[in-house]
Amino acid sequence: MRIYHFSEQPCPDAWAPEHKSLRVILPSRNCDPRVMSENYHHRLDEWMLADELGLDIMINEHHATATCCCPVAAVPLAILARQTKRARLLTLGYPIANRLDPVRVAEEFAMIDVISRGRLEMGLVRGVPYEVPLSVRSAVGQMDRFWEAHDLIIKAMTSIDGPFDWQGEHFQYRNVNVWPRVYQAPHPPVWITGRSPQNIREIAERGYVLGTFLSGFQTKDLFDHYRKACADLGRPAPAPDRFSYLGIVAIAQDRKEAMRRAEVMVGYLRSSGRVAEPFGTPPGYFSVKDAARMIKARGKRTTTTREGKAVDTHHGAIEDLVKAGIMFVGTPEDVYGQLAEFVDNVGGLGHFLMMGHAGHMTHEEAVDQITLIAKEVLPRLQKSRAASRHAA
Amino acid sequence: MDSAEGPATEEIAGVNIEIIRRGKGRPVLFLHPHIGMHGSGPFIELLARKVQVIAASHPGFGHSELPRGMASVDDMSYFYLDLIEQLDLRDLVVVGASFGGWVAAEIATKTCERLSRLVMIGAVGAKFGARDRSDIVDIFSTPRSRWEELSFRDPAVWLRDYESLPEEELTAMARCREATALFAWNPYMYNPRLRPRLHRIRIPTLFLWGAQDGFAPPAYGRSYCAAIPGAKFEEIAESGHFPHMEQPEAVARRVIEFGLERQAARA
Repeated sequence: MRIYHFSEQPCPDAWAPEHKSLRVILPSRNCDPRVMSENYHHRLDEWMLADELGLDIMINEHHATATCCCPVAAVPLAILARQTKRARLLTLGYPIANRLDPVRVAEEFAMIDVISRGRLEMGLVRGVPYEVPLSVRSAVGQMDRFWEAHDLIIKAMTSIDGPFDWQGEHFQYRNVNVWPRVYQAPHPPVWITGRSPQNIREIAERGYVLGTFLSGFQTKDLFDHYRKACADLGRPAPAPDRFSYLGIVAIAQDRKEAMRRAEVMVGYLRSSGRVAEPFGTPPGYFSVKDAARMIKARGKRTTTTREGKAVDTHHGAIEDLVKAGIMFVGTPEDVYGQLAEFVDNVGGLGHFLMMGHAGHMTHEEAVDQITLIAKEVLPRLQKSRAASRHAA
Repeated sequence: MDSAEGPATEEIAGVNIEIIRRGKGRPVLFLHPHIGMHGSGPFIELLARKVQVIAASHPGFGHSELPRGMASVDDMSYFYLDLIEQLDLRDLVVVGASFGGWVAAEIATKTCERLSRLVMIGAVGAKFGARDRSDIVDIFSTPRSRWEELSFRDPAVWLRDYESLPEEELTAMARCREATALFAWNPYMYNPRLRPRLHRIRIPTLFLWGAQDGFAPPAYGRSYCAAIPGAKFEEIAESGHFPHMEQPEAVARRVIEFGLERQAARA
């Protein structure tokens, strides 16, 4: 079991209640670059501390938003590739279906892998609906494009005997020849996020790590789709290291302080879901059936599973979010108990992705959280019966 | 579709297409806007009193199949050239509204061989304005109520009770939106190659534009018109971006007058 420290690197001073949408249209005038500079340095310091204390590192990226002020995951990854010593460097991930240039992605990954001496974990994501409006390409046929980009990235990384041409449906290249050669052979580990049974099956077929975010106790069903796909293929049951889950952690030596931190983090979650109307349902992102249902529900909150979960995530009470397995809150003892129960429930978990900093949380608080999880929770989880029973 | 008879399904160029055929005489091919065929019924019925109307849901729109590999208006224009040949249409009047006007221009720039007249109603498809803003309102970045307001002089013409719509209608709407994204997402509502080809349209062309069009303003229409040799521009009073929906009588009358002009001259 590994724990990855994660922050979205937000710009929390930029969101005020009057902003109807924190995504796509929020003017960057609301970002004070001097304040943001401090934020970046604090987050990088926190990741370096995580490295020292035995945690791993997760980075993500979003675009045109104050909620995640990291539009280029390669930048912090590159800094941390040099500045850290041992942590795995996970990006989860690159929205490769929205990227115009998969070969450039392969080049960025290759360099980060080599500088970090083989510590890159290569996460690929479809991306959230409200970033489609920022993309040069629409969401129509997005998953087709995703897989073609994936195939091209992998081929670009593993072709070490000179150039090849790529003449696909979505991408065409001459003389693809990625330098440097990747450090980890044949290529860095691949992670992909999935929700639908079909998508999870495609991830399982390739033996990749399945990424799941804030899906709570429904996560077991997602992992079961993966296990079933392996069984159908006649493969052995997948090891826990094929599974990852992202939850929010508010931890402190006393329960009252942990609850206060949880309030800070959940306040961020409640505002981060604010997206102006046309951006939440880009054409092509959802099936025609779901899109038709959304037209019908115009003006009302949609009721798809995905949206339904978002409602819980963004508006639920902390106690409910803990019960749902979305937040892990309390003393090290409490958080250990909640995590052990979760790991047991999902049938084994190799990677816990900890949102350990969010919103207005201070650097000092984040440092305390990282220290507690690294020193008082991770060692126990690694030794615990729950973890060992499912260990690889 | 809100015309008297429902559309049929025909196989055209190997694609299952939802199609309406009405009336007799001079053939008129109607190319619907990005919002689909909804609201075009009265206009089609008015035309059908004097001419033969052929109106298909574009591939991917309404209930028409989307063939694999079709992903641009250029592709779609070849589908329509196939349709024109398959139905053996001659002396054809092509009438395109909004997105359909773009399709019409892409057809006519390729060949006018079987075409006699072109009518562009609030047509999009070419770029004329500044490079740092869109000529056309971006339906994908504008709340639905706002682009409806900009598109219609009276949005009530279009507004429907979505909650009570049958599944089939909702599916058609969702497919129109998805197909619009497929064909017009980026560059938004135009093909950069089209403008330098517009001089190839060598048949009489009439632009009809809603005087209150806030979606593709009349100034855009005038630039478009000026790029086609000899094309005429007329405004339709009391109308926004879809004059064939808001003023079906006036638009049908102009289409018939203009479409039959040459025949009259010949007689």
